[in-house]
Amino acid sequence: MPSVKLKKHAPDNDMTPFVDIAFLILSFFIMATKFKPEEPVEVTTPNSVSSQALPEKDAFMVSIDKDGRVFVSMDNPQARQLLISNLNTTRNLGLTPAEIKNFINAPSVGVPFSQMKSLLSLDPEDENNKNAIKAQPGIPCADSTGGELYYWVRDALVAYSGKKLNLLIKSDNSTKYPAFKNVLNAFKKNDQNKFLLVTSPEDAPAGSALYVTRQKQISGGK
Amino acid sequence: MASIDSGGDGGGHKKGPGVKKAKKMSTKVDMTPMVDLGFLLITFFIFTSTMSQPTAMNLFMPKDVDKPEDQNKVKESGAFTIMLGKDDVVYYYAGLDPTQIQTATFKTIREEIIRKKQNTNPEDLVMIIKPTEDATYKNTVDILDEMTINEIKRYAMVDISDTEMQLIRATEAAAGIK
Repeated sequence: MPSVKLKKHAPDNDMTPFVDIAFLILSFFIMATKFKPEEPVEVTTPNSVSSQALPEKDAFMVSIDKDGRVFVSMDNPQARQLLISNLNTTRNLGLTPAEIKNFINAPSVGVPFSQMKSLLSLDPEDENNKNAIKAQPGIPCADSTGGELYYWVRDALVAYSGKKLNLLIKSDNSTKYPAFKNVLNAFKKNDQNKFLLVTSPEDAPAGSALYVTRQKQISGGK
Repeated sequence: MASIDSGGDGGGHKKGPGVKKAKKMSTKVDMTPMVDLGFLLITFFIFTSTMSQPTAMNLFMPKDVDKPEDQNKVKESGAFTIMLGKDDVVYYYAGLDPTQIQTATFKTIREEIIRKKQNTNPEDLVMIIKPTEDATYKNTVDILDEMTINEIKRYAMVDISDTEMQLIRATEAAAGIK
Protein backbone atom coordinates (compact mmCIF):
# COMPACT_ATOMS: atom_id res chain seq x y z
CA MET A 1 0.00 0.00 0.00
CA PRO A 2 1.28 3.34 -0.86
CA SER A 3 1.87 5.25 2.32
CA VAL A 4 0.40 8.75 2.46
CA LYS A 5 3.14 11.18 2.48
CA LEU A 6 2.52 14.11 4.73
CA LYS A 7 3.52 17.37 3.24
CA LYS A 8 6.28 18.90 5.19
CA HIS A 9 5.31 22.23 6.59
CA ALA A 10 7.77 24.97 6.89
CA PRO A 11 8.37 25.39 10.61
CA ASP A 12 8.45 29.14 10.49
CA ASN A 13 5.06 30.73 10.02
CA ASP A 14 4.86 34.16 8.55
CA MET A 15 4.23 36.37 11.53
CA THR A 16 4.31 39.67 9.70
CA PRO A 17 0.55 40.47 10.03
CA PHE A 18 0.71 39.55 13.69
CA VAL A 19 3.62 41.89 14.25
CA ASP A 20 1.84 44.60 12.25
CA ILE A 21 -1.17 44.45 14.54
CA ALA A 22 1.00 44.33 17.63
CA PHE A 23 2.77 47.51 16.67
CA LEU A 24 -0.51 49.13 15.71
CA ILE A 25 -1.80 48.48 19.22
CA LEU A 26 1.49 49.67 20.65
CA SER A 27 1.31 52.97 18.79
CA PHE A 28 -2.31 53.40 19.88
CA PHE A 29 -1.42 53.02 23.52
CA ILE A 30 1.56 55.32 23.21
CA MET A 31 -0.66 58.02 21.72
CA ALA A 32 -3.58 57.46 24.10
CA THR A 33 -1.61 57.33 27.31
CA LYS A 34 -1.57 60.39 29.45
CA PHE A 35 0.75 60.19 32.36
CA LYS A 36 -0.59 61.20 35.67
CA PRO A 37 1.57 63.78 37.39
CA GLU A 38 2.86 62.49 40.65
CA GLU A 39 0.75 63.82 43.49
CA PRO A 40 1.74 63.94 47.14
CA VAL A 41 -1.79 62.83 48.03
CA GLU A 42 -3.41 59.57 47.15
CA VAL A 43 -7.10 60.05 46.63
CA THR A 44 -9.65 57.44 45.54
CA THR A 45 -12.67 59.30 44.31
CA PRO A 46 -16.21 57.97 44.80
CA ASN A 47 -18.43 57.01 41.88
CA SER A 48 -21.28 59.11 40.63
CA VAL A 49 -23.76 58.91 37.76
CA SER A 50 -22.71 62.34 36.53
CA SER A 51 -21.66 62.28 32.90
CA GLN A 52 -20.16 65.74 32.74
CA ALA A 53 -16.51 65.77 31.74
CA LEU A 54 -14.04 67.27 34.14
CA PRO A 55 -12.76 70.63 32.90
CA GLU A 56 -9.01 70.49 32.45
CA LYS A 57 -8.36 74.16 32.02
CA ASP A 58 -8.79 77.03 34.43
CA ALA A 59 -9.12 74.74 37.39
CA PHE A 60 -8.32 75.36 41.01
CA MET A 61 -8.37 72.03 42.72
CA VAL A 62 -8.57 71.35 46.41
CA SER A 63 -7.75 67.75 47.30
CA ILE A 64 -8.60 66.23 50.64
CA ASP A 65 -7.00 62.95 51.54
CA LYS A 66 -8.45 60.32 53.83
CA ASP A 67 -6.92 61.88 56.93
CA GLY A 68 -8.41 65.27 56.12
CA ARG A 69 -5.22 66.91 54.89
CA VAL A 70 -5.97 69.67 52.40
CA PHE A 71 -3.88 70.36 49.30
CA VAL A 72 -4.29 72.88 46.53
CA SER A 73 -3.20 72.73 42.93
CA MET A 74 -3.70 74.79 39.81
CA ASP A 75 -3.21 73.81 36.21
CA ASN A 76 -2.12 77.08 34.66
CA PRO A 77 1.55 77.98 35.37
CA GLN A 78 0.92 81.70 34.83
CA ALA A 79 -1.91 81.69 37.33
CA ARG A 80 0.29 79.76 39.74
CA GLN A 81 2.92 82.43 39.48
CA LEU A 82 0.38 85.18 40.11
CA LEU A 83 -1.06 83.23 43.02
CA ILE A 84 2.26 82.65 44.72
CA SER A 85 3.52 86.19 44.23
CA ASN A 86 0.23 87.53 45.64
CA LEU A 87 0.52 85.25 48.64
CA ASN A 88 4.15 86.11 49.02
CA THR A 89 3.36 89.80 49.46
CA THR A 90 0.07 89.55 51.37
CA ARG A 91 1.23 86.84 53.77
CA ASN A 92 4.90 87.89 54.04
CA LEU A 93 6.25 84.50 53.07
CA GLY A 94 9.65 85.90 52.14
CA LEU A 95 10.16 83.57 49.21
CA THR A 96 13.14 83.86 46.90
CA PRO A 97 12.62 83.74 43.11
CA ALA A 98 14.02 80.19 43.10
CA GLU A 99 11.46 79.11 45.65
CA ILE A 100 8.68 80.73 43.63
CA LYS A 101 9.88 78.76 40.63
CA ASN A 102 9.76 75.63 42.74
CA PHE A 103 6.13 76.33 43.56
CA ILE A 104 5.27 76.80 39.91
CA ASN A 105 6.68 73.36 39.16
CA ALA A 106 5.24 71.63 42.21
CA PRO A 107 2.22 69.37 41.58
CA SER A 108 0.24 70.36 44.64
CA VAL A 109 1.00 72.05 47.90
CA GLY A 110 -0.38 71.45 51.36
CA VAL A 111 1.49 73.22 54.13
CA PRO A 112 0.65 76.08 56.47
CA PHE A 113 2.11 79.42 55.42
CA SER A 114 4.67 79.16 58.21
CA GLN A 115 6.20 76.05 56.60
CA MET A 116 5.89 77.28 53.05
CA LYS A 117 9.45 78.57 52.77
CA SER A 118 11.06 75.44 54.14
CA LEU A 119 8.98 73.23 51.81
CA LEU A 120 9.78 75.23 48.71
CA SER A 121 13.48 75.43 49.53
CA LEU A 122 13.68 71.65 49.11
CA ASP A 123 14.90 70.44 45.78
CA PRO A 124 12.08 68.25 44.39
CA GLU A 125 14.53 66.21 42.31
CA ASP A 126 16.46 65.07 45.34
CA GLU A 127 15.42 61.60 46.50
CA ASN A 128 16.04 62.51 50.14
CA ASN A 129 13.37 65.18 49.97
CA LYS A 130 10.65 62.90 48.57
CA ASN A 131 9.50 61.86 52.03
CA ALA A 132 9.35 65.43 53.29
CA ILE A 133 7.25 66.39 50.27
CA LYS A 134 4.97 63.41 50.85
CA ALA A 135 4.51 64.22 54.54
CA GLN A 136 3.00 67.66 54.13
CA PRO A 137 0.60 68.40 56.99
CA GLY A 138 -2.11 69.99 54.83
CA ILE A 139 -3.42 73.53 54.70
CA PRO A 140 -5.17 74.47 57.94
CA CYS A 141 -8.81 75.32 57.38
CA ALA A 142 -10.51 73.92 60.46
CA ASP A 143 -12.29 77.01 61.71
CA SER A 144 -15.33 79.04 60.78
CA THR A 145 -13.28 81.66 58.94
CA GLY A 146 -11.91 79.13 56.51
CA GLY A 147 -8.41 79.23 57.96
CA GLU A 148 -5.48 79.68 55.60
CA LEU A 149 -7.38 78.04 52.76
CA TYR A 150 -9.46 81.23 52.65
CA TYR A 151 -6.39 83.19 51.52
CA TRP A 152 -5.50 80.56 48.95
CA VAL A 153 -8.97 80.73 47.44
CA ARG A 154 -9.03 84.53 47.59
CA ASP A 155 -5.70 84.92 45.83
CA ALA A 156 -6.55 82.24 43.28
CA LEU A 157 -9.67 84.22 42.42
CA VAL A 158 -7.56 87.36 42.14
CA ALA A 159 -5.12 85.55 39.85
CA TYR A 160 -8.07 84.55 37.69
CA SER A 161 -9.98 87.81 37.90
CA GLY A 162 -12.14 88.36 34.84
CA LYS A 163 -12.03 84.73 33.81
CA LYS A 164 -14.16 81.85 34.96
CA LEU A 165 -12.34 79.66 37.43
CA ASN A 166 -13.57 76.12 37.92
CA LEU A 167 -13.47 75.15 41.55
CA LEU A 168 -12.81 71.47 41.83
CA ILE A 169 -12.98 69.49 45.02
CA LYS A 170 -11.38 66.08 44.98
CA SER A 171 -11.80 64.04 48.07
CA ASP A 172 -11.23 60.49 49.21
CA ASN A 173 -14.00 57.97 49.80
CA SER A 174 -13.25 57.71 53.48
CA THR A 175 -12.69 61.40 54.18
CA LYS A 176 -14.85 62.48 57.08
CA TYR A 177 -17.57 64.96 56.31
CA PRO A 178 -16.28 67.76 58.62
CA ALA A 179 -13.06 68.00 56.59
CA PHE A 180 -15.11 68.46 53.45
CA LYS A 181 -17.34 70.98 55.17
CA ASN A 182 -14.35 73.06 56.27
CA VAL A 183 -13.23 73.32 52.66
CA LEU A 184 -16.73 74.35 51.57
CA ASN A 185 -16.62 76.94 54.31
CA ALA A 186 -13.40 78.47 52.99
CA PHE A 187 -15.01 78.79 49.56
CA LYS A 188 -18.23 80.18 51.00
CA LYS A 189 -16.31 82.89 52.83
CA ASN A 190 -15.12 83.99 49.39
CA ASP A 191 -18.72 84.00 48.11
CA GLN A 192 -18.12 80.94 45.99
CA ASN A 193 -21.07 78.58 45.95
CA LYS A 194 -20.63 76.56 42.78
CA PHE A 195 -18.34 73.56 42.90
CA LEU A 196 -17.44 70.59 40.83
CA LEU A 197 -16.79 67.39 42.71
CA VAL A 198 -14.33 65.06 41.05
CA THR A 199 -15.82 61.58 40.76
CA SER A 200 -15.38 58.41 38.76
CA PRO A 201 -18.06 57.59 36.23
CA GLU A 202 -20.79 55.07 36.93
CA ASP A 203 -23.94 54.02 35.08
CA ALA A 204 -27.36 55.05 36.27
CA PRO A 205 -29.02 52.10 38.03
CA ALA A 206 -31.47 50.27 35.76
CA GLY A 207 -35.08 51.25 36.29
CA SER A 208 -34.40 54.51 38.10
CA ALA A 209 -35.90 57.82 36.96
CA LEU A 210 -32.56 59.04 35.60
CA TYR A 211 -32.07 55.78 33.72
CA VAL A 212 -35.48 56.17 32.08
CA THR A 213 -34.73 59.78 31.09
CA ARG A 214 -31.37 58.83 29.63
CA GLN A 215 -32.92 55.96 27.68
CA LYS A 216 -35.49 58.39 26.28
CA GLN A 217 -32.76 60.79 25.27
CA ILE A 218 -30.92 58.03 23.48
CA SER A 219 -33.99 56.80 21.60
CA GLY A 220 -35.19 60.36 20.98
CA GLY A 221 -31.87 61.24 19.41
CA LYS A 222 -32.32 58.68 16.66
CA MET B 1 9.59 33.25 14.03
CA ALA B 2 8.86 36.46 12.29
CA SER B 3 10.99 36.78 9.26
CA ILE B 4 11.40 38.75 6.14
CA ASP B 5 12.08 36.77 3.05
CA SER B 6 12.92 39.03 0.24
CA GLY B 7 13.01 36.13 -2.17
CA GLY B 8 15.52 36.30 -4.92
CA ASP B 9 16.08 32.57 -5.19
CA GLY B 10 13.96 32.39 -8.35
CA GLY B 11 15.12 33.20 -11.83
CA GLY B 12 18.63 34.36 -11.33
CA HIS B 13 20.78 35.21 -14.27
CA LYS B 14 22.97 32.65 -15.75
CA LYS B 15 26.52 33.38 -15.24
CA GLY B 16 29.39 32.38 -17.30
CA PRO B 17 31.85 29.81 -16.09
CA GLY B 18 34.48 32.42 -15.37
CA VAL B 19 32.26 34.63 -13.31
CA LYS B 20 32.86 34.29 -9.66
CA LYS B 21 29.74 33.60 -7.72
CA ALA B 22 28.99 36.23 -5.13
CA LYS B 23 28.56 34.66 -1.78
CA LYS B 24 24.88 34.43 -1.05
CA MET B 25 23.99 36.20 2.16
CA SER B 26 20.92 35.17 4.02
CA THR B 27 18.21 37.82 3.68
CA LYS B 28 16.27 36.53 6.64
CA VAL B 29 16.26 38.89 9.57
CA ASP B 30 15.44 37.44 12.91
CA MET B 31 12.64 39.63 14.23
CA THR B 32 12.21 37.86 17.55
CA PRO B 33 13.91 40.50 19.74
CA MET B 34 11.97 43.27 18.07
CA VAL B 35 8.66 41.51 18.64
CA ASP B 36 9.63 40.78 22.24
CA LEU B 37 10.35 44.41 22.86
CA GLY B 38 7.16 45.43 21.10
CA PHE B 39 5.02 43.30 23.34
CA LEU B 40 6.89 44.45 26.40
CA LEU B 41 6.04 48.04 25.50
CA ILE B 42 2.40 47.13 24.80
CA THR B 43 2.05 45.57 28.22
CA PHE B 44 3.70 48.59 29.82
CA PHE B 45 1.39 51.07 28.13
CA ILE B 46 -1.72 48.99 28.78
CA PHE B 47 -0.95 48.94 32.48
CA THR B 48 -0.04 52.59 32.82
CA SER B 49 -2.79 54.13 30.73
CA THR B 50 -5.85 55.47 32.47
CA MET B 51 -8.80 54.89 30.28
CA SER B 52 -11.72 56.20 32.29
CA GLN B 53 -11.63 59.95 32.53
CA PRO B 54 -12.83 61.44 35.80
CA THR B 55 -16.18 63.16 35.72
CA ALA B 56 -17.37 66.24 37.51
CA MET B 57 -20.44 66.50 39.64
CA ASN B 58 -22.09 69.84 40.22
CA LEU B 59 -22.65 71.05 43.72
CA PHE B 60 -24.43 74.29 44.41
CA MET B 61 -24.44 75.47 47.97
CA PRO B 62 -26.90 78.09 49.18
CA LYS B 63 -25.58 81.42 50.32
CA ASP B 64 -25.59 81.96 54.03
CA VAL B 65 -28.42 84.25 55.02
CA ASP B 66 -28.51 85.94 58.36
CA LYS B 67 -32.07 87.18 58.37
CA PRO B 68 -34.63 84.45 59.03
CA GLU B 69 -37.19 86.09 56.72
CA ASP B 70 -34.83 85.55 53.77
CA GLN B 71 -34.69 81.85 54.32
CA ASN B 72 -36.74 79.49 52.24
CA LYS B 73 -39.60 77.95 54.06
CA VAL B 74 -40.30 74.27 53.64
CA LYS B 75 -43.80 72.89 53.66
CA GLU B 76 -44.30 70.11 56.13
CA SER B 77 -46.00 67.89 53.57
CA GLY B 78 -43.09 68.16 51.16
CA ALA B 79 -40.13 67.94 53.48
CA PHE B 80 -38.03 64.82 53.63
CA THR B 81 -34.91 64.82 55.75
CA ILE B 82 -32.08 62.39 55.21
CA MET B 83 -29.32 62.18 57.78
CA LEU B 84 -26.08 60.36 57.20
CA GLY B 85 -24.79 58.55 60.22
CA LYS B 86 -21.91 56.35 61.23
CA ASP B 87 -21.07 53.08 59.46
CA ASP B 88 -22.96 53.97 56.27
CA VAL B 89 -26.32 54.04 58.04
CA VAL B 90 -28.93 56.51 56.86
CA TYR B 91 -31.66 58.01 59.00
CA TYR B 92 -34.68 59.70 57.52
CA TYR B 93 -37.97 61.20 58.46
CA ALA B 94 -40.78 62.73 56.44
CA GLY B 95 -42.26 66.03 57.49
CA LEU B 96 -40.74 68.25 60.11
CA ASP B 97 -40.90 66.10 63.22
CA PRO B 98 -37.50 64.59 63.96
CA THR B 99 -38.90 62.05 66.41
CA GLN B 100 -40.33 60.13 63.44
CA ILE B 101 -36.77 59.05 62.68
CA GLN B 102 -36.31 55.79 60.82
CA THR B 103 -33.25 53.80 59.83
CA ALA B 104 -32.24 52.75 56.34
CA THR B 105 -29.18 51.83 54.36
CA PHE B 106 -27.88 53.31 51.13
CA LYS B 107 -29.53 50.43 49.29
CA THR B 108 -32.99 50.91 50.77
CA ILE B 109 -33.08 54.71 50.91
CA ARG B 110 -33.85 54.89 47.19
CA GLU B 111 -37.21 53.16 47.68
CA GLU B 112 -38.07 55.64 50.39
CA ILE B 113 -37.12 58.58 48.19
CA ILE B 114 -39.18 57.19 45.31
CA ARG B 115 -42.16 56.58 47.58
CA LYS B 116 -41.96 60.10 48.94
CA LYS B 117 -41.65 61.52 45.44
CA GLN B 118 -44.73 59.65 44.25
CA ASN B 119 -46.87 60.70 47.18
CA THR B 120 -45.92 64.37 47.20
CA ASN B 121 -46.85 67.35 45.11
CA PRO B 122 -43.69 67.96 43.03
CA GLU B 123 -43.86 71.69 43.79
CA ASP B 124 -43.56 71.09 47.50
CA LEU B 125 -41.00 68.31 47.54
CA VAL B 126 -37.74 69.32 49.19
CA MET B 127 -35.08 66.89 50.30
CA ILE B 128 -32.92 68.03 53.15
CA ILE B 129 -29.57 66.33 53.49
CA LYS B 130 -27.86 66.50 56.84
CA PRO B 131 -24.55 64.71 57.12
CA THR B 132 -23.35 64.11 60.65
CA GLU B 133 -19.73 64.35 61.71
CA ASP B 134 -19.37 60.60 61.35
CA ALA B 135 -20.47 60.53 57.74
CA THR B 136 -17.82 60.09 55.07
CA TYR B 137 -17.38 62.00 51.87
CA LYS B 138 -18.47 58.92 49.94
CA ASN B 139 -21.76 58.94 51.84
CA THR B 140 -22.29 62.57 50.91
CA VAL B 141 -21.58 61.99 47.24
CA ASP B 142 -23.75 58.88 47.23
CA ILE B 143 -26.74 60.69 48.64
CA LEU B 144 -26.28 63.63 46.26
CA ASP B 145 -26.14 61.04 43.54
CA GLU B 146 -29.44 59.57 44.70
CA MET B 147 -30.94 63.02 44.12
CA THR B 148 -29.70 62.93 40.53
CA ILE B 149 -30.75 59.32 40.05
CA ASN B 150 -34.28 59.95 41.27
CA GLU B 151 -34.45 63.37 39.63
CA ILE B 152 -35.20 65.31 42.75
CA LYS B 153 -35.12 68.94 41.65
CA ARG B 154 -34.97 70.63 45.03
CA TYR B 155 -32.56 69.53 47.68
CA ALA B 156 -30.29 71.25 50.12
CA MET B 157 -27.34 70.26 52.25
CA VAL B 158 -27.74 71.67 55.73
CA ASP B 159 -26.05 71.33 59.11
CA ILE B 160 -27.58 68.95 61.56
CA SER B 161 -29.45 70.27 64.60
CA ASP B 162 -28.74 69.20 68.17
CA THR B 163 -32.12 67.51 68.62
CA GLU B 164 -31.56 65.39 65.57
CA MET B 165 -28.04 64.57 66.64
CA GLN B 166 -29.30 63.35 70.01
CA LEU B 167 -31.95 61.24 68.32
CA ILE B 168 -29.35 59.69 66.06
CA ARG B 169 -27.06 59.00 69.03
CA ALA B 170 -29.95 57.30 70.82
CA THR B 171 -30.82 55.22 67.77
CA GLU B 172 -27.18 54.30 67.27
CA ALA B 173 -26.89 53.24 70.90
CA ALA B 174 -30.00 51.10 70.55
CA ALA B 175 -28.68 49.50 67.39
CA GLY B 176 -25.29 48.91 68.97
CA ILE B 177 -23.25 51.06 66.61
CA LYS B 178 -20.18 52.37 68.33
